[in-house]
Amino acid sequence: MQKDYTNEILELIRRTSSSLPKDVEDRLRASIEKEEPGSAARKALETIMKNIELARANSTPICQDTGTPIFYVHYPEGMSTRKLKEQIRAAMTEATQRSYMRPNAVDAIYDKNSGNNLGGDDFPYIHFEEVDADQPLVIELMLKGGGCENVGAQYSLPDNKLGAGRDLAGVRKVVLDAVQKAQGKGCAPGILGVSIGGDRGSSYIKSKEVLFSKIGTRNPDPKIAELEERLTEEANQLGIGPMGFGGQTTVLDTKITGMHRLPASYFVSVSYMCWAYRRRRMTVKGEEVEYD
Amino acid sequence: MREITIPISDEVIRSLHAGDPVELSGVMLTGRDAAHKWMVETFIKKTRPPQGDDLQVYEEIRKYLNQGVLYHCGPVVSGLDTKEYKFVAAGPTTSTREEPYQADVMRHFNIKGVIGKGGMGAKTLQGCVDTPGVYFHAVGGAAAFLAQTVKKVLGVYKLEEFGVPEAMWVIEVEKFPVVVTMDSHGVSQHSTLDEKSRKVLEELLAKPY
Repeated sequence: MQKDYTNEILELIRRTSSSLPKDVEDRLRASIEKEEPGSAARKALETIMKNIELARANSTPICQDTGTPIFYVHYPEGMSTRKLKEQIRAAMTEATQRSYMRPNAVDAIYDKNSGNNLGGDDFPYIHFEEVDADQPLVIELMLKGGGCENVGAQYSLPDNKLGAGRDLAGVRKVVLDAVQKAQGKGCAPGILGVSIGGDRGSSYIKSKEVLFSKIGTRNPDPKIAELEERLTEEANQLGIGPMGFGGQTTVLDTKITGMHRLPASYFVSVSYMCWAYRRRRMTVKGEEVEYD
Repeated sequence: MREITIPISDEVIRSLHAGDPVELSGVMLTGRDAAHKWMVETFIKKTRPPQGDDLQVYEEIRKYLNQGVLYHCGPVVSGLDTKEYKFVAAGPTTSTREEPYQADVMRHFNIKGVIGKGGMGAKTLQGCVDTPGVYFHAVGGAAAFLAQTVKKVLGVYKLEEFGVPEAMWVIEVEKFPVVVTMDSHGVSQHSTLDEKSRKVLEELLAKPY
């Protein structure tokens, strides 16, 4: 008999929605000093810090847009994914009841909000990955707001207007273009998830998957790691700043991953994550559940 | 920090300039995609006949919007069962989606301030000049903090029809912090910054890899 994890998943949702990970909070706090005292940019960052503390203390959502719930479930061989899916959906309904989540699933054809964050088979988004039977069940959750999702961009290289060819130099150009186009609309300072290759669909999925790693996690390939660092630094030269108020802090971190592509295609997908970079993980170790 | 009380006079609006930080107090109305579409189609362009309680709601929201403030916000609200509503999380949503409607809505209802995030375009900027009014930028994502400035929920319109995020909530706020980013003199901080950052982008693109 497989254990029912509904309550543990509910707790995962509560933590994800109300408590920002430490690495994100630390990076935001460090950026305050880079902004002019008294500037709108600095005030915005100070408000953000107060908001993070309040949400955590009161178990209320950091942002009212509780986002697209994206679950990555790493389940040990033999576990029923059908039951896990039912439990995730039950937890989502309860989390909405308790105001950890806003009712956020709207039928696109009939414009009707389902009221419980469930919609068809695709909302919430759940990805299952099987691991060995002796490995723990790990559930990761990311909540990605609509404002930042709307400023994401996909480029098919070569892009003649930007002079971007099918290489890392071209990737650099289109990513900077995406940040400039986003301005403050994605709730800057943002975090960039970039995927190179794949098809249109897989490329976008991968550009979000890469956002499950902590701030400062670099791609193991030094060439890509260098581009990650460079893009963050150059994006901050654009002067867009927090909320687009102008300032030094536009992007907190960049994460890049590569995929295989067809000879004919060269896609670069940029997923923009807002400063409310909500991601959490639960690990089931026997009777114990660890959250981080 | 300058404090402004709603309703707002034209004189106060004209004294505001892009870049000014302001704290707002008083009664305001929330409204986003569904509300703007409904206002424009039913009462401004009149392409859709009023239905159900439309006319009654229109008469009531007019009072709040005249010299008032419209907030682009889809809140998380508790107390839905008991109707003892409380704003739990209430930050701004992206305003640009209302660009097709906003200027007409401002002029029609004599709205003095629109609060949102991300800024708006040329049409709305013209609406700010004509009405006159301003665009106030709130800190996106700061939903828990901004909900604390909402002292009371006075009522709600179209809750059933539009759903919680899209309904028009009447709220009383105290010291709600915003920055004027588009003023009644035709200045938009958003377009200034867009141009500036585009120049930097061009320089960066010209650099060798």
